[in-house]
Amino acid sequence: MAVKSETRRITAKDYRVDQPIDWCPGCGDFGILSALQQALARLGLEPHRVAIVGGIGCSGKSQYHIGAYGVHTLHGRLLPYATGIKLANPELTVVAVGGDGDGMAIGAGHFVNAGRRNVNMTYILFNNEVYGLTKGQASPTLPLGLQTKSLPEPNAQGRVNSLMLALSAGFTWIGRGYAFNVRQLVGLMQKAIEHPGLAYLDVLQPCPTYNNLHNKDWYAGKDRGDRPRVYALDDEDYDPVIAEGADEETVVAKMGQVIGKAMEWGDRIATGVFLENRNVSTFEERLGSRSPSYHKHAPALRPIADAEGRSLADLSDLFAQTSVTRKPGGEA
Amino acid sequence: MSSEQTDSLAWRVGGPQGSGVDTAARIFAGAAAAGGLHIFGRREYYSNIMGRHSYYDVRVAGRPMTCHSSVVHVLTTFEEETLVRHAISTGEGGAIIHDVESSDVRLDRITFLDERVVKDLTAYLGERDLPPTTAGVLEDARRRGVEVFPVAYDQITETLAGDILFKPRADRALNTIAVAVSCALLGYEPEYLADALKWIFGGRQEIIDLNVKAVELAYGYVKDEFDHGRLLHRMRPVHGTEPMILVGGNEAVAMGKMAAGLTFQTYYPISPATDESVYLEAHATVPLKNGGEGAIVVVQTEDELAAVTMATGAALTGARSATATAGPGLSLMVEGLGWAGMNEVPLVVTAYQRGSPSTGVPTRTEQGDLLFAIHAGHGEFPRLVLASGDVTEAFLDAAQAFNYAERYQTPVIHLLDQTIARTTQTVPPFDVGSIRIERGDVYVPPEGDDVRGPYPRFAVTESGVSTRPLLGQRGGTHWLTGAEHTEAGQVTEDPVIREQQLEKRARKLALAAREIPAEHKLAVYGEPQAAFTIVSWGSNKGAILEALERMSAAGIDARLIQVRLLWPFPREELAPILEAARPLVVVESNHSGQFAQLLCGQTARQCDHLVVKYNGRPMTCGELTRALLDIHRGTAEERIVLRNPYE
Repeated sequence: MAVKSETRRITAKDYRVDQPIDWCPGCGDFGILSALQQALARLGLEPHRVAIVGGIGCSGKSQYHIGAYGVHTLHGRLLPYATGIKLANPELTVVAVGGDGDGMAIGAGHFVNAGRRNVNMTYILFNNEVYGLTKGQASPTLPLGLQTKSLPEPNAQGRVNSLMLALSAGFTWIGRGYAFNVRQLVGLMQKAIEHPGLAYLDVLQPCPTYNNLHNKDWYAGKDRGDRPRVYALDDEDYDPVIAEGADEETVVAKMGQVIGKAMEWGDRIATGVFLENRNVSTFEERLGSRSPSYHKHAPALRPIADAEGRSLADLSDLFAQTSVTRKPGGEA
Repeated sequence: MSSEQTDSLAWRVGGPQGSGVDTAARIFAGAAAAGGLHIFGRREYYSNIMGRHSYYDVRVAGRPMTCHSSVVHVLTTFEEETLVRHAISTGEGGAIIHDVESSDVRLDRITFLDERVVKDLTAYLGERDLPPTTAGVLEDARRRGVEVFPVAYDQITETLAGDILFKPRADRALNTIAVAVSCALLGYEPEYLADALKWIFGGRQEIIDLNVKAVELAYGYVKDEFDHGRLLHRMRPVHGTEPMILVGGNEAVAMGKMAAGLTFQTYYPISPATDESVYLEAHATVPLKNGGEGAIVVVQTEDELAAVTMATGAALTGARSATATAGPGLSLMVEGLGWAGMNEVPLVVTAYQRGSPSTGVPTRTEQGDLLFAIHAGHGEFPRLVLASGDVTEAFLDAAQAFNYAERYQTPVIHLLDQTIARTTQTVPPFDVGSIRIERGDVYVPPEGDDVRGPYPRFAVTESGVSTRPLLGQRGGTHWLTGAEHTEAGQVTEDPVIREQQLEKRARKLALAAREIPAEHKLAVYGEPQAAFTIVSWGSNKGAILEALERMSAAGIDARLIQVRLLWPFPREELAPILEAARPLVVVESNHSGQFAQLLCGQTARQCDHLVVKYNGRPMTCGELTRALLDIHRGTAEERIVLRNPYE
């Protein structure tokens, strides 16, 4: 959900930063960065109301090139940082950007548990199947048995299907884009950010330096007569929406549909919105139902002291509950 | 209150976990408090849900106390294991109350009694020509001048059930019956027990009525069977006591955080820290003095890595944010601590020490994490470490930690331990009015719409402190990163900027050392000019204070210097005070004397004696006084280990 600027038009220029970029030439990250700048601008978000939270790796450098609040966190921990920021100040738009090693290996536990909470924010996974910055080791999204060029032996570990993991963890918006289809990516990012809940956007992002197998040519299907492997769900009769109040049967059918599409790989790779589940409360709503004042004053914005610095907290009830001086009978 | 050695009464109750030992202790403490008495309670238990032995000490007196007693005056038991484990701690003139059914049970038939205890007790009894049975244990107690009171609990609950009540329901009043037998033997008026029952079972009239009836039956039983009892120890109400609250260490920390304006707390379940977060969660809507209410977001995370990083994320937005954990959790939090230090984030980490390393003795106490807390993390970054000495300090420090964190824009570790966490005591209501909330140097966005970042968040300043924009503020955009960075937070490996930023961060620690008043860094108790000097930190304070009283009664002047701010270490303040210290005694609850090492490293002053305890149980004034008297006499070794095999 987004707080839009009322005063002036925001353009992608507002999000650009005059800093040299040290990604390799031809890296898919450029497309993702450009798409994110455009998406934020199209949503009319003022840069100071946006926090981009990065993980560690090439993808985690993205926020240095976005003129918002940029938080470069620890390897795998971007989601807990992002969660803390969002829950403490729900008025902010929070977008987490990280790599597949970051999110599916060292941060996999956080990924799963973020899904359980459904905090209203967006997680964009830069998925290139390798650890680029450490020179091309296999990441958890590289299929079993493949041997990208830095690997001394074929990959001995299986591939995690991040879309299915997101589904079972409880992400309420699941999508996939392709780094070299920026136009589609901008739209997907806009939808992901606008979705009221936790959104997961898997972006297929060829690493030109270390992933010699799933490169730009492979996705474009150069090896099979220029028939691209990626296709858009929009071009098919695919409805990702689980409406509010949907019955059990519909939910099961829609989830099954996500699994079917998520399992496609090789010759047909789906992109687009896989799931938009409007039937699950956000964590913020759950907090608000526990303590309605959460919506009135978020943790970052709640007054805690008067002008002299005296505490505003009134603990007299708590002291009364533990008071033992009066005869406890009855009135305590 | 009367007793041969002390003006307080030490009451102990024990039993299998899940059998209501806590409730029994609460009823006893509630009854004592209803009569205006002060209370010092402590709980010992296993890492187990049901069945293992736990016990609760409740010490009562007409004045405040600061520690528990290793000598028990009244031991209340329902079953053999408690009887066997604690009879030996019951002193001359004391009393043991036990189930008549437990009168003759072989030690090796008691399920959870450790082999070591069976062996030691068997040998002990054998030396006295007594059999390795409860009968032998009880006979030994009688020979030592302890009164033994066998109680037919079953008969009392049978009467309580009468014709109308299902017997197992009456059995649930067993705790009350045992407490009531204690109170009757101590000559304490039953009406205070009735008050306590109303307080504890508030509103559930049927349960209150049943338990009040149980009290009547127990008092009648004591009158009939023991002719009202013949105990030396008596418990009498005190009138005109100032208002008191009965709180534990976890609650005190939670209340301190609430008073300080905590709005965000994370945790992963771990003993003995969890109760604090659960308390906060249960009181997550805080009434405010301006009539409104404020929410505290409490998040149970997937692990401690998430706990520390989520709390840090919240702190970036300006929320007063904290996480609470124990030693093993702090180990996991270290990477997040470094990030918070590098990014100058005001983060409060409440760290309860427990028996370690690894899983260690998870439900027992220790002060083994001092040097870890001071040094945790790769590389160098400033952090403050403070340690509370008692429940009231735990409240005040929990609040003050946020002021330090925000003033110096760096993590603050508030060290506590299992002893404080599991202490329940009567104290005057905490002084919320004394707390002043200081938010440090926070950016104020200028008027107007056109102001834009990036803002030099990490501007190099003389003090080391730079203005801190909160995420979301107009004109404050900047970058945060675990990498070395420029003033705006962009990554750099430039050697000059590296030096500048490292030095800037380090200057904040020097600033803290200069600014924080001496009275917040350390406290002196006893005779301020005495040569006999004890230096200590954390929960040992309680045992030391009472030991000082006993030494004073023996005509020995001594003083305690309690160090409350452990890092930056109060070198400048301590060094002059220690010049006249003869002998210099360091007291702490660990094996290697971590504080003594720190003191020596920081002041070049080696202690003359090191008194340590590391069996997982808190020090008592009795054992500590013995050690201190030995030191005074000149008969003590340099290193003294306090031991008690029956705790």
